[in-house]
Amino acid sequence: MARVLVGVKRVIDYAVRIRVKPDKTGVVTDGIKHSMNPFDEIAIEEAVRMKEKKIAQEVIAVSCGPTQSQDTIRTALAMGADRGIHVEISGPEYQTLQPIHISKILAKLAQDEKVNLVILGKQAIDDDNNQTAQMTAGVLDWPSGTFCSKVENSNGELTITREIDGGLEVVKMKTPAVLSADLRLNEPRYATLPNIMKAKKKPIKKITPKDLGVDIAPRIEVLSVEDPPVRQAGAILPDVDTLITKLKESGHV
Amino acid sequence: MFSTCIRTLRTASKFGPLARYESTLVIAEHNNESLLPITSNTLTAAKKIGGDVTVLVAGTKCEAVAQSVCKAKGVSKVLLADSDAFKGFTAESLTPLILKLCNDHKFTHILAGASAFGKALLPRVAAKLDVSPVSDIIGIKASDTFVRTIYAGNAIQTLKSKDNVKVVSVRGTSFEQLPLEGGDAKCENVPAGDISSQVQYIKQELSKSDRPELTSAKVVISGGRGMKSGDNFKLLYTLADKFNAAVGASRAAVDAGFVPNDLQVGQTGKIVAPNLYIAVGISGAIQHLAGMKDSKTIVAINKDPEAPIFQVADYGLVADLFKAVPELTEKL
Repeated sequence: MARVLVGVKRVIDYAVRIRVKPDKTGVVTDGIKHSMNPFDEIAIEEAVRMKEKKIAQEVIAVSCGPTQSQDTIRTALAMGADRGIHVEISGPEYQTLQPIHISKILAKLAQDEKVNLVILGKQAIDDDNNQTAQMTAGVLDWPSGTFCSKVENSNGELTITREIDGGLEVVKMKTPAVLSADLRLNEPRYATLPNIMKAKKKPIKKITPKDLGVDIAPRIEVLSVEDPPVRQAGAILPDVDTLITKLKESGHV
Repeated sequence: MFSTCIRTLRTASKFGPLARYESTLVIAEHNNESLLPITSNTLTAAKKIGGDVTVLVAGTKCEAVAQSVCKAKGVSKVLLADSDAFKGFTAESLTPLILKLCNDHKFTHILAGASAFGKALLPRVAAKLDVSPVSDIIGIKASDTFVRTIYAGNAIQTLKSKDNVKVVSVRGTSFEQLPLEGGDAKCENVPAGDISSQVQYIKQELSKSDRPELTSAKVVISGGRGMKSGDNFKLLYTLADKFNAAVGASRAAVDAGFVPNDLQVGQTGKIVAPNLYIAVGISGAIQHLAGMKDSKTIVAINKDPEAPIFQVADYGLVADLFKAVPELTEKL
């Protein structure tokens, strides 16, 4: 039976309209509502379903970040993960943390914890990188099933349906493997109050990148973060005829 | 600071006096018959970086594709790797080949389009090279300085890569297409090398359509939850025929099963920037706007005057789409 490692990231809630800092160094995060990256909820859900189907034996949720990342791990535990690992990184080091660092941390944990499946979200909605799963697979030299919308597991052989540009694709691979979850993989459950209470008793191990021997020196320098150009306010038109006139004027018809 | 200096010195000694010259490998995306349009956009980005541009065409019986790339102006060499092992273009099968080429040719940049293919492949290559990839760039300020969006397009980040090889995926809609003419590059066969069989390609189920491809269409007409059913999308298809437009959808329409996933426009679907984008029955959530707000002209048809889509629309029509869309189709 598989042991599954799931990466969960604490990000600004998807419904929040973000604000760029006046000094252009980043976006305002203090006092802003954060939650689990939506794709990571899907990843956890998939792992928990594997456990419910007795395909998986244990689900470990891991998050890299400041102390508040533990809230995200607790959410994963309330959804059904068995235990958590918090890789503590804060302050300036967290500001420059990137998928390359996370993937090395996850790869090391995957080996230390002897897992045979790593499931991650396909991208985090803050940095929009879409890199960590692919890089983790690269570091481990495991096959990767990216943008999964369906995962079937029989005796360590995975049949994966992937969302690609023109439609869907089916691939097969053996575990150990790294998967990344796309939106259509499943519908994540809500954590119920009893499960939230139970999650408080589940263990969270705290470690640092140093303990894992991972160097988190920055590989990029962010020069600036700015607002995107603002679109000029348009006009509300009275009827279809006016719309056609406008489209003709602007040469679209 | 100090470590950067050491890295610079090391790079300089490895590449000698040539260290300043850029040499870019573009990984072509194709279907074994023709080059996909996003590769032509990526070639423009590669030319912007400066220096030599080499294109890798890896696939199964894809020589015609390689020959067509040879005609692109500004491409200095095309490498052709032909093998059955590249079936499905899996990241696992292509990565060892790219690493070998990178080692032999000392490329400073490796580029591909930020499509499902490029997104799956490049980070694996970067991990093997121990460099930090840069995703979905919309601009190039210098050979090491790139512009990209974060937070669903709500902030623009300019970053400088400190790695000696820049592994970069390119947003197709942010760069012009380089025409495949006026050039005369040499095509060189390269061995496929040791192929990993970690991932076995089974099949693809592609949505068939006579309409133009979504990400490169000049006009896109998208439907959202307001369409109410998959059958009602016929209204949009008929309108799309008038414009020779592609049809897209919001996540709500995809989740409700009105249309297949590959039509989704947004942060986690396709990014489009057509001349004309017509949003029908789409409220305009942040995540949808991320995929279309660089369109030149945006038209919104929605019965809710408060819908956020009207804040980005050049022309808005507050109307019942089931009346307005047939009327528009008829009058065009």
